[in-house]
Amino acid sequence: MDFFKRETRINFMAYRLHAAIFTALLVAAALAFLVFRGLNLGLDFTGGTLVEVGYPQAVDLAEVRETLDAGGFDGAVVQTFGTARDILIRLGPDAGEGDALSNAVLAALQAANPEAELRRVEFVGPQIGEELAEKGGLALLYALGGILIYVAFRFEYRFAIGAVSAVLHDVIVTIGIFAGIGLQFDLTVLAALLAVIGYSLNDTIVVFDRIRENFIRMRKGTAVEVTDRSINQMLPRTLVTSLTTLLVLIALFTLGGELIRGFALALIIGVLVGTYSSIFVASSAALALGVSKEDLIPPPKEGEDLEEERP
Amino acid sequence: MRGTEATDNHLLVRLRSNEAQVRAADELDVALGRDYTVALNLAPATPAWLRELGAEPMYLGLDLRGGVHFLMQVDMDAVVEQAVERYRDEFRRALREADLRYRDIRPQETGLDIAFIDEVTRDAALELLSADYLELAFEASESDQAATLSAEITEDELREIRNFAIEQNITTLRNRVNELGVAEPVIQRQGADRIVVQLPGVQDTARAKDIIGATATLEFRMVDEGNFPYFGDESEPVPPGTERFPERGGGFVLLEREVIITGEAITDAQSGIDTETGQSQVNIRLSGSGGGVMARVTGDRVGDHMAVVFKETELQARRVGDEVIREQVEVEEVINVARIQEQLGSRFRITGLDSSLEARNLALLLRAGSLAAPMQIVEERTIGPSLGQENIDQGMAAVLLGFALVVVFMAVYYKVFGLIANLALFANLILIVAVLSILQATLTLPGIAGIVLTVGMAVDANVLIFERIREELRAGSSTQQAIEGGYGKALSTIADANITTLIAALVLFAFGTGPVKGFAVTLSIGILSSMFTAILGTRAIVNFIYGGRRGVRLAI
Repeated sequence: MDFFKRETRINFMAYRLHAAIFTALLVAAALAFLVFRGLNLGLDFTGGTLVEVGYPQAVDLAEVRETLDAGGFDGAVVQTFGTARDILIRLGPDAGEGDALSNAVLAALQAANPEAELRRVEFVGPQIGEELAEKGGLALLYALGGILIYVAFRFEYRFAIGAVSAVLHDVIVTIGIFAGIGLQFDLTVLAALLAVIGYSLNDTIVVFDRIRENFIRMRKGTAVEVTDRSINQMLPRTLVTSLTTLLVLIALFTLGGELIRGFALALIIGVLVGTYSSIFVASSAALALGVSKEDLIPPPKEGEDLEEERP
Repeated sequence: MRGTEATDNHLLVRLRSNEAQVRAADELDVALGRDYTVALNLAPATPAWLRELGAEPMYLGLDLRGGVHFLMQVDMDAVVEQAVERYRDEFRRALREADLRYRDIRPQETGLDIAFIDEVTRDAALELLSADYLELAFEASESDQAATLSAEITEDELREIRNFAIEQNITTLRNRVNELGVAEPVIQRQGADRIVVQLPGVQDTARAKDIIGATATLEFRMVDEGNFPYFGDESEPVPPGTERFPERGGGFVLLEREVIITGEAITDAQSGIDTETGQSQVNIRLSGSGGGVMARVTGDRVGDHMAVVFKETELQARRVGDEVIREQVEVEEVINVARIQEQLGSRFRITGLDSSLEARNLALLLRAGSLAAPMQIVEERTIGPSLGQENIDQGMAAVLLGFALVVVFMAVYYKVFGLIANLALFANLILIVAVLSILQATLTLPGIAGIVLTVGMAVDANVLIFERIREELRAGSSTQQAIEGGYGKALSTIADANITTLIAALVLFAFGTGPVKGFAVTLSIGILSSMFTAILGTRAIVNFIYGGRRGVRLAI
């Protein structure tokens, strides 16, 4: 089977102005969501206590809330988790002495219904929460910095800027979508975000690699033509890899359980956004910065290879 | 019950289900009494022939097997405060003994200010103290009313004090966790002032917290010589001024009411061998003030006996009607009685121990008796056992479905080459698990997610190669040229693409904690092993099938 019987000839770069406007709008919308709605930060970053309790049958949330109110746990957020038999209770960092609180909550619930079973407790002190948030931010910065340096070293600084702007775009849009939908942003989502950075970059690098090769091989053709040709040549691969990755992510999203769902969703969004950005953001940015044939003087070894293959 | 296994001083009882395990533990706890620790564990059911080969099951993270994770913060301010207090006590006594009169000693954040009547006394004190306390920086100053001497604990010494406190707390925690009988506990220092405690399989977090936070203390007391050895039992009245304590190993001892020193005064205890007699002994070091008290008390009682009393609160199981009740019980016992050979100071030793094992245990108890500094739980993550099993099942299901989807797609889309890529993918999965086992890395739920993601991304290398081969074929290359070109030209692209992903994974590893690290580990391993299987592995099979055949149509 082959989706692409012959090489496609889509003039991607002809649309690059439209794409730029669309991208700008997308990023602006994402930033607006981030600023005005804000991220729904998970326990990892805010600190607080979370207790997950399982019941053999579905329970009434109102009853659980009443039990907790009667127990003096004011401000407890009660929701179901996955199924109606699973209850998630979240308490803010100022709800009481952290490590004793979870035991008290469980004791109160078990007094009301002895079948309540403790499934999970998470308690994060406020100081730890701050640290995790700080570390997470630093991790994003270092990942971006490391990639910038590697791409600049392997290609050229304009490509590096193109790659990093594509990755930044992916991160901002993915976080923006999380803020927009109000999905919880916790440590695993942050990990997914870093994996998105790796993935999106992977996509971008593959296209850049071909652009570099074509600049050297195609005697004629403007930078725009070379870029278009390269994107078209890599299109089957870009789409096939995105598809296989999405396939496993969908498996993870549907079967992986509630704990991993946010992680899988962040990656699914990231892969979609990353595929878009590697076509329209990374290459356009490199072009806009004025990448030309002269910038890519080939290392001697690769040049020889190519000479041999042209008949 | 599925069988029992006995080792040196352990008995392992295998049971069929969690439920049976909990019930059996209750029964045993009651039947065996407090000479035994009964703990719930998850023992591997590796077949004997695999165990012969040294095979062990994979380490599962807490999110997969259930258990407790605590992050404890040691209160370093309190540690320094304690040190300052200790110096104050010592200065007071030293100045009194040297007959140097001072107005008062005021503790500061990391030092002391001593106010003197006049400069002459101050200078004499400076000379006296600076000779004894090399770890302090002394400075003399004048103000309107008084001549002041300030002593600052040096940075090096502060670091030493803090390090000692945290090491001491770790030792204490380790001993307490051993009391819990948990298999494979993790107790590690994290950063400057934190300790990670992980207890796999522990379900009763309240109990775990009680034991970890327990306050065990030690006391040194003089034995009532008039009644030694003591043959009475619990029913007899004791002479005034004395107290009766049970002795470890049976019997009772009568001790004087006055406590000489407590465990807090012990700064170090090491087991060793007396070079002259060849007997086991424990070398003890006391803090300055503790040594002073010890010298004063033992000075005129050489030849008498001294006892070490160990006090702690522990949970004991008791049967009331049909139910098994656990309750906090204060336990006191004499762990050692020894004759005083000479006046003791801040360094002395306990001899007359039966074996080196006993010496080691005593040293451990002396060291680990009490926490050197208060601690607080700042992070807790508990996963119930049912959720752990659920996570394993769901993770496995996701891996299998993801794998199946990719395999079907590749086979349909790339035909024979797709099947070859699938073989490589399968080999890659096995490699990841093998490397994880060799590294003894812990498999976590995000780790499984990393494996799933790798399955999706690992085929990328093959997609790159195969698409390149198709391109070459379209350009009119012969089959062999197309294969050669496809593999050759895709190589640098694959390397570039994977190295950038690896950078992201390494950053994740460096900054991530716990589960996130697990994801980074499997992702990194997956990337590296996929390069091997997807490039070298598939090339070998492709050459095996198509190598040396000219003009054949490639099924791609």
